[in-house]
Amino acid sequence: MPSDFETIPRETGAADGAPPRSEVSLTINGRDWSGVIDNRVTLLDLLREEIGLTGSKKGCDHGQCGACTVIVNGRRVNACLSFAVMHQGDAVTTIEGVGRPDALDPLQAAFVAHDGYQCGYCTPGQICSAKAVLEEIAAGVPSHVTRDLEAPIATTAEEIRERMSGNICRCGAYANILAAISEVAEGAR
Amino acid sequence: MLFDTPAKENPIDRAREVGQPRPRIDGPLKVSGTARYAYEQRDVVENMAYGYPLGAAIAKGRVRAIDTAAAEAAPGVIGVLTTLDVPRHALGPMNTAMLFGGDRVEHYHQAIAVVVAESFEEARAATALLDVDYAPEPGCFDLERVAREIVGQPFCEDDALVGDFDDAFLAAPVQLDVTYRTPDQSHSMMEPHATLAAWEGDELTVWTSNQMIAWGVRDLAAALDLPRDKVRLVSPFIGGGFGGKLFVRSDVVAASLAARKVGRPVKLALPRPLIANNTTHRPATVQRLRFGATEDGKFTAFGHESTSGNLPDGGPETATQQSQFLYAAPNRLVGERLGVLDLPEGNAMRAPGEASGMMALEAAVDEMAEKLGLDPIEFRILNDTQVVPGKDTPFSQRHLADCLRLGADRFGWGERASLPARRREGRSWIGIGVAAAYRNNLLMKSGARARLQEGGGVEIETDMTDIGTGSYTIIAQTAAEMMGVPLARVTVRLGDSRYPVSAGSGGQFGGNSSTSGVYAACVALRTRIAERLGADPETAVFEEGEVRWGNSAVSLVEAASGGEIVAEDSITFKGLGEKYRQSTFGAHFVEVAVDAATAEIRVRRMLAVCSAGRILNPVTARSQVIGAMTMGVGSALMEELAVDKTRGFFANHDLAGYEVPVHADIPRQDVIFLDETDPISSPMKAKGVGELGLCGVAAAVANAVYNATGIRVRDFPITLDKLLPHMPPF
Ligand code: FES
Ligand code: FES
Repeated sequence: MPSDFETIPRETGAADGAPPRSEVSLTINGRDWSGVIDNRVTLLDLLREEIGLTGSKKGCDHGQCGACTVIVNGRRVNACLSFAVMHQGDAVTTIEGVGRPDALDPLQAAFVAHDGYQCGYCTPGQICSAKAVLEEIAAGVPSHVTRDLEAPIATTAEEIRERMSGNICRCGAYANILAAISEVAEGAR
Repeated sequence: MLFDTPAKENPIDRAREVGQPRPRIDGPLKVSGTARYAYEQRDVVENMAYGYPLGAAIAKGRVRAIDTAAAEAAPGVIGVLTTLDVPRHALGPMNTAMLFGGDRVEHYHQAIAVVVAESFEEARAATALLDVDYAPEPGCFDLERVAREIVGQPFCEDDALVGDFDDAFLAAPVQLDVTYRTPDQSHSMMEPHATLAAWEGDELTVWTSNQMIAWGVRDLAAALDLPRDKVRLVSPFIGGGFGGKLFVRSDVVAASLAARKVGRPVKLALPRPLIANNTTHRPATVQRLRFGATEDGKFTAFGHESTSGNLPDGGPETATQQSQFLYAAPNRLVGERLGVLDLPEGNAMRAPGEASGMMALEAAVDEMAEKLGLDPIEFRILNDTQVVPGKDTPFSQRHLADCLRLGADRFGWGERASLPARRREGRSWIGIGVAAAYRNNLLMKSGARARLQEGGGVEIETDMTDIGTGSYTIIAQTAAEMMGVPLARVTVRLGDSRYPVSAGSGGQFGGNSSTSGVYAACVALRTRIAERLGADPETAVFEEGEVRWGNSAVSLVEAASGGEIVAEDSITFKGLGEKYRQSTFGAHFVEVAVDAATAEIRVRRMLAVCSAGRILNPVTARSQVIGAMTMGVGSALMEELAVDKTRGFFANHDLAGYEVPVHADIPRQDVIFLDETDPISSPMKAKGVGELGLCGVAAAVANAVYNATGIRVRDFPITLDKLLPHMPPF
């Protein structure tokens, strides 16, 4: 499978006992990025530390909180649980790619309108997660609370709450986050 | 500005901006990921290096030696600093455990070394190569044991004894004597404690995540033995605090010391698994409640004793605070005992004292109502008081009964079955519970600088912080109201020790106190502007971008055409806090469904009714309250730091082990604010809500669970294993 083989990043070798580094190329918010990085760098730290996209947050670094949620090839992932070198050729969307302060995405605007945050630290992860949730529901991907696996899935409060439960908000803005997501879901319908 | 007499009518009463439901002015930054938190300050320094901390693997003892050779030789490492390289340092007045320095280990995961490297990965890997030689010592980690040992000992303070409790309790025809337990809890704010420290000569700047800038400067200067004017602390965005960032923590001290050692700026965040044991927590309590009442339900004896533990020189969890104020009773025994525990430092977490005190008190009050055969709401109202019991100090305002009655009406209290385990829907038992909410209203001196810019814009600078509470927005609303300009014309700069010292964020005093400071600064600015224009500052009206007096009107743009005008002032509170007891009140209502087979508890709906003076912004105030209600659900049903009593640490020290509510746990939440102002509190006539929203929630959940199942769990959190053996027949 030559095409798969090609997606494996090339390790550049470890000179003088230095940690192994690899060349990686990927697309971030529509722009190509390539560089040589320490194999231990997570996708989250590539974004935050190497590239300077600090919108994705580090709440735990252990896949427990969802603050680092980004969208990779259309699916949401915890960027802290994924090494950057695993993303050769991938298309990554971060909160910076969703919208800007002066050009907010409807979901971002809904978060502002419904006060779907307090401290704001979980917020980029909530928004990236919510974008993917709406697409998952539209694509018919079931969740733990989906009762009928054959019928189209309704974007109910229960579905949204269930699917968003990997994104902790210690400020407890859940009710407002739900209102923001629901509003956008209704607008899309 | 000295605030020592009740506020008269003032420009805030126009309420064109203040009190309006404005969206947060910092909202677009937060939703787009462009708000920069401490660890994300990239452009402020050059040549930054990464620090990674090591926490002690024993709970008590000494560090004999740390072999750093392997770490120092590891790739990318710039330097290693250990606790043995630096002496113990001075601590802030409210802290007990050493942050970084000396050979003593006082608690598990105390920071004992920091490795600085070119990258995060290299620093982390090298930290694992540190070889520590410990001399462990035995410690005491068991609150139950401590509580047994100090039972009957004098209280920490004894000013809450009234009448003769013992006789009155014994003589009471109806008695209740119950003991409740609340666990250690973790703030678990989403942003880990983080600091970027940079030296320029002997001057230190730290970009950090801190609720109280001036305290931070004071404590960091003391720890590093620097004059305060050599320390700058910057904290524009804070990813949650809840009391866990009231003080500088080990990240600040370790990053600063390490930066000095390696001669480069160092940034360091506490790894999540370190936070629960390295930082502070809300201490566990054992609370005994003894109530005596007449047959018709009047308290004759009211006893509330709480025991908690802390490190030597630490304070008690003040869980009986509210019990001096909430219910009338002629004979009272209220106080706290404190034992020594070698667990991490216990300190303030959101509504310290009242949060855990109300968990026990308001559940016990529910028990007493049942004993008396009284409706829990009527029982509370029957024992309501308009003066501080035993002291006769009046409350500035007290609308507890109104909150309870209004909430009962809105929530459908009438649907509640007065006997437990009577209401069944499908496979669930349904229950409704209520609790009073109470939290004192604290006042803190707070300053600000107000500037009329050329061009007519208004700028406010204060070291106040926004920990998610909405400070940016309510301060902008205050300035807009005072200066008569639209919100968009106001710029707010916060969280920098170069700005005037504010109240900071804590104890639900921040909103009211800091906006009062901004009010004072704006009054001073209005005076300056009026003087420049030759108007009488007392009668000049600032509205619609103009200063108007007599038959004259001059726009602010014109007023500033001769150059910007700056004024600075602060608000100082005096007298009214002693003359009146200032408190906030509320009522929490909760409906739960408990699965008849599995005992799984689901909260179905919640309502809070709050009486807290003027609500400065109903959007952000409501968010604080629903956030607090959410934390209350956590307290009731899941949050507990599990103590390893052998090795002396909190075992579930991350977000997988320490469970907090997630989306699926939180139902519909409603909040009602009574429409009121409190002129005794401040010129803003406001009070705090951020902690009120938490006080009583867990008890309301517990009371709802009891109403659903007939099971009274007195050992929080109420997990299903505590219900299962006692569930009513399926
Ligand atoms: S930072 Fe990735 S899940 Fe918490
Ligand atoms: S907004 Fe603070 S954690 Fe969600």
